[in-house]
Amino acid sequence: MSRSTVTAKPPAPGLVPDTRGRRLPRTLHPVAWWIWALALATAVSRTNNPLLLFLVLAVLGYVISMRRTEAPWARGFAYYLYLALTVVAIRVVFRAVFATGITPRDHFLFSLPHIPTPDWYAGIQLGGPVSLEALLSAATDGLRLACMLCCVGAANTLANPKRALRVLPGALYELGVAVTVSISVAPQLVQSVQRVRRARRLRAGRHKGLRALRGIVVPVLEDALERSLRLAAAMDSRGYGRAGTATRRSRRMTGALMLLGMCGLCAGAYGLLDATAPQLLGLPALAAGAALCVAGLRLGGRRVTRTTYRADPWLFPEWAVAGCGVLSAALLFSGAGFDAAELNPSIYPLSWPTLPPVPAAAILLAGAAGFLAPPPTASRVPAQRTEETT
Amino acid sequence: MITFDRVSVQYEDTAAPVLRDVDLTVDEGELCLVVGHTGVGKSTLLGAVNGLVPHFTGGTLYGRVTVDGRDTAEHPPRELADVVGVVGQDPLDGFVTDTVEEELAYAMEQLAVPPATMRKRVEETLDLLGLADLRHRALHELSGGQQQRVAIGSVLTAHPRVLVLDEPTSALDPTAAEEVLAAVTRLVHDLGVTVLLAEHRLERVVQYADRVIHLPGDGLVVCGPPAEVFRTSSIAPPIVELGRAAGWDPLPLSIRDARRAAKGVRERLARTTPPPVRPSAPQERPRLLRARGVTVSYRGVPAVREVGLDLHAGEITALMGRNGSGKSSLLWALQGSGPRTAGAVTVASPADGSQHDPGKLPAARARELVGLVPQTPIDLLYLETVKHELDQADAESAPGPGGPSARAILDRLAPGIPDATHPRDLSEGQKLALVLAIQLAAAPQVLLLDEPTRGLDYRAKSNLIRIVDDLAAEGRAVVISTHDVEFVARAAERVVVMAEGDVVADGPTAEVIVASPVFAPQTAKILAPLPYLTVDQVTAALPDSGTAS
Repeated sequence: MSRSTVTAKPPAPGLVPDTRGRRLPRTLHPVAWWIWALALATAVSRTNNPLLLFLVLAVLGYVISMRRTEAPWARGFAYYLYLALTVVAIRVVFRAVFATGITPRDHFLFSLPHIPTPDWYAGIQLGGPVSLEALLSAATDGLRLACMLCCVGAANTLANPKRALRVLPGALYELGVAVTVSISVAPQLVQSVQRVRRARRLRAGRHKGLRALRGIVVPVLEDALERSLRLAAAMDSRGYGRAGTATRRSRRMTGALMLLGMCGLCAGAYGLLDATAPQLLGLPALAAGAALCVAGLRLGGRRVTRTTYRADPWLFPEWAVAGCGVLSAALLFSGAGFDAAELNPSIYPLSWPTLPPVPAAAILLAGAAGFLAPPPTASRVPAQRTEETT
Repeated sequence: MITFDRVSVQYEDTAAPVLRDVDLTVDEGELCLVVGHTGVGKSTLLGAVNGLVPHFTGGTLYGRVTVDGRDTAEHPPRELADVVGVVGQDPLDGFVTDTVEEELAYAMEQLAVPPATMRKRVEETLDLLGLADLRHRALHELSGGQQQRVAIGSVLTAHPRVLVLDEPTSALDPTAAEEVLAAVTRLVHDLGVTVLLAEHRLERVVQYADRVIHLPGDGLVVCGPPAEVFRTSSIAPPIVELGRAAGWDPLPLSIRDARRAAKGVRERLARTTPPPVRPSAPQERPRLLRARGVTVSYRGVPAVREVGLDLHAGEITALMGRNGSGKSSLLWALQGSGPRTAGAVTVASPADGSQHDPGKLPAARARELVGLVPQTPIDLLYLETVKHELDQADAESAPGPGGPSARAILDRLAPGIPDATHPRDLSEGQKLALVLAIQLAAAPQVLLLDEPTRGLDYRAKSNLIRIVDDLAAEGRAVVISTHDVEFVARAAERVVVMAEGDVVADGPTAEVIVASPVFAPQTAKILAPLPYLTVDQVTAALPDSGTAS
């Protein structure tokens, strides 16, 4: 049945300008969100101050509530929060059980039964008195880790992971395709397993043991194999892998450059985050690694002839969001205008931590992303399944 | 546009070549229908057009295939992507991305079409195929017809000159199939795209074809206008069979033409009473299965709503309805393996006549009462050879001393399947027979078949009808869920139609399907208001057929 094409229809709810009518809703470039979130995570790594850390969580919460979409991945932040809570809890519990770092002047809260350990295990103590200081330091440590986790979670919530994969440079395009295909194939595989399991009952096949496993695994694998062959044929006939003629030499060159570059990046990141590492390992290694990676990707991408449909633009809001994240990290790293000790307040003696104004302002600055980013497009997927009109 | 010059295709594992010395020219803007039984090389012929044969499938191709002046020997499929678009049977298999818009753009991205052009073509294609309001939807939540239209759109955006469709409607219900075929014919008429279409259910497409390529099965190819090729071809839709039987010339291919030609036949038939479609069944028919208030819901969403159903010995029932109307859920609930939220099912035990609920019995006992062949029969097969499967079936069912072995049943259903064959290498019809034999080894009195006609050609369907008739004659109750109205008209005596989980019609085949515009078979449409369903009925009523005009 031919369907009458809709000629005039009211604009979809997501496509109308926001309430104040100033900015068109659109999705921000995913890389901008990732830069913002990673910069914030880097900033977090510098501080142990629970007030600052809670401020970071508040900023994340604000930005997410302002700018997340209705998509499935955008509902995942709560799970990151649970994960963060678990991290804190595990840290505190471990610190209590493996009672370490206790000084005689601590405030003791309670005592766990002491479990004697054999001589060859003497370094570690199980049980014993638990002090407030130990728990507090474990909690702030855990909180810092949790904050970094939440930063990554925020990036995942705010940026469409598939669009993030699409910005991969040409040389890594295949990787992106592989991930996308496997994401869409995974549910099919689950369905296939369920179908075959259900069918087993029809033959009154056994439900347990190796034979039952074979009865399920063999049809599922055969099905998956046939399906992947059909997918490969479909992709081939739709032009995938066209004109991909890299010489052996250029492929090797790309590989070597990438490997070296990655090593440089890792060393640089380690040097930058660990204050005790030698200076040379920090920014210089990072820069060299990045340069090598870029060169490798350029070389690999030269053979690829492909265009992108509706590529995300990189405009002022992208600069602004990425910039405010980087600026806040830079402020915390520079140490200008505040005492570095305030970032990591000591718990000996126990005292209420102070809120240093410059770092607090820096973190609030990152929160500006909440209104610098364009408003998200509202859900364009109608809630009910549209029925075919014939 | 497409030229086959003395083309032969030979695969390593077969003795005879699949195609032999094929000379063929398809002109621009033609809708060319490829017909033939399963396994005669339809897919090979279609695959050769864009070079999948032999670049992807292996084998050797002799001769030359040129498309739009390009030789497939020098151009692998990906280099032909801008000339030939290929759409397969199951659209989900070919999807690379997961939303409609991205899928439409995928081929263009590979061809490095500039972004502005891409944007324009996507919008045009969305309008052309009526997909505009689905553009942001995820592919897996679309209906089958919508998915297939997206699959067609996703190759159209590359602006190919040739479209190759390999059984695009085999997984669809009649309405969705109409929707896809309407889109295809519009492409031919409005854009002048050359279309090569393979299809089992010819009754749906024969009227649209400009030319028919018939593969009789010996590797050769017969090509010509439909009215000529179908005069002699071994495979033909009911409308053609009726035309042949009545001796109409030229052979009508659309219902409209046939109705005009059939005026005389209708007048002659009006004086006779139609003979029965199927041999009349014995009068005494004990009730084998009784279902009351059967409800199935998945996470609170009802798929089957309080359905009551009685199945009697020797009765063949067709279960029809849209995709997603609850047919499969009902069958699984009746068998007892699927979930059943509410309601009662009782089945009479063949041994002592006592009543049991198969849902409460262990699986091994349940399958002795009710056998079910699922939609994908291959799910039940997991051993390396047919012999292993059959032995395993015997071990699983342990029939009484008098019960026939699975092998004996299989030989009766589909003779000549060798022991050593791998089950995956069997044809669709043979797989079905094998699974049927495995299920029948447990000697159930009630047999449920979930969409067995999917992927079967006319010959395999006739075989299935014979099998089902035999089963009914043995006093079993058979339920077949299917979309195939022509099959129902020939095979079933009772039709149950479901919609949104409810039974909306239940009665003798003639009464239920003749009146329906969607479900009526071609013969009924041509001869309405006379209650004829099949060509066989007409030939029986017209002893001197051939003289009418």
